[in-house]
Amino acid sequence: MTAQEIHDSLKAKFGEAVLEAKLDAPQPWIKVDPQQLYDAAVFLRETADLAFDYCSCVSGVDYNDGKLGAVYHLFSMVHKHKIVIKAIVPKETPHVRSTADVWAGANWHEREAFDMVGIVFDGHPDLRRILTPDDYPGHPLRKDFQVPEFYNGMKVPY
Amino acid sequence: MGFLDQRFENSNIVVTSLENLLNWARLSSLFQMQFGLACCAIEMMAASASHFDIMRFGVIPRATPRQTDVMIVAGTVTLKMASRIKRLYDQMPEPRYVISMGSCSNCGGPYWEHGYHVLKGVDRVIPVDVYVPGCPPRPEALLEGIMKLQEKVRKETLVKKKA
Repeated sequence: MTAQEIHDSLKAKFGEAVLEAKLDAPQPWIKVDPQQLYDAAVFLRETADLAFDYCSCVSGVDYNDGKLGAVYHLFSMVHKHKIVIKAIVPKETPHVRSTADVWAGANWHEREAFDMVGIVFDGHPDLRRILTPDDYPGHPLRKDFQVPEFYNGMKVPY
Repeated sequence: MGFLDQRFENSNIVVTSLENLLNWARLSSLFQMQFGLACCAIEMMAASASHFDIMRFGVIPRATPRQTDVMIVAGTVTLKMASRIKRLYDQMPEPRYVISMGSCSNCGGPYWEHGYHVLKGVDRVIPVDVYVPGCPPRPEALLEGIMKLQEKVRKETLVKKKA
């Protein structure tokens, strides 16, 4: 399926929840309503001619305009097609429903997005930090992150 | 016994100071703690392998801190790892030595400015005896570091320092 056809079938099912798309990009992406992300994920996985059975990557993005994004790179092992799904959430309430029970591989990726930019994945089975220590202050890949002067008595800046 | 083989005429009595003997024994068997943190560990493994053969200096990797004399900090010390390194260092029996291998553990290396997760030098948590520069240092450089440490051990003394 082409990116246009994937977009059309998603649009036919979810209508207004498909907010925006850029289908001529090197990696075509579709922006969906974060409220509907989970349902879209189930739809993308379970529909026979979409069959996105593999979640290659989940990225956390800080757009530096008060919004955070969870970006899902999906691939279908059956049809060999791929698409990028974006869910944009405000920085104050960065909540997205977890897709870890749709794609098991999303589990650790979502933990990383939580750790680095602080997107909270509701319903995640084990939403702990994955890279930085458990007591690390803040989310380091946010644009407004300030490196702490001290961490557990160790001076951090050079 | 290597270089002592058949060097004595009448008996096997050797006269030396206790200090020399102890230091000689210690510098000839610097057991190393077997752990690596990043790409420097690859060079450390190369130094352990047959081509560079770090074992000819008596450096034998041990898998527990309680049997080791020297800790080779080979790689990037993250903040998360730093407290573990401190704990491992505390578990080593004295006298204990530390070789800081590579730019990362010397001073933070390429992470010196934007490394929010990197300790800028392992000497911020444990004392370091020898710094080996390089990114990563070649195995020869690590061998040089071992020899520098051996020089240091050779000069140690039992005599109390005068104030």
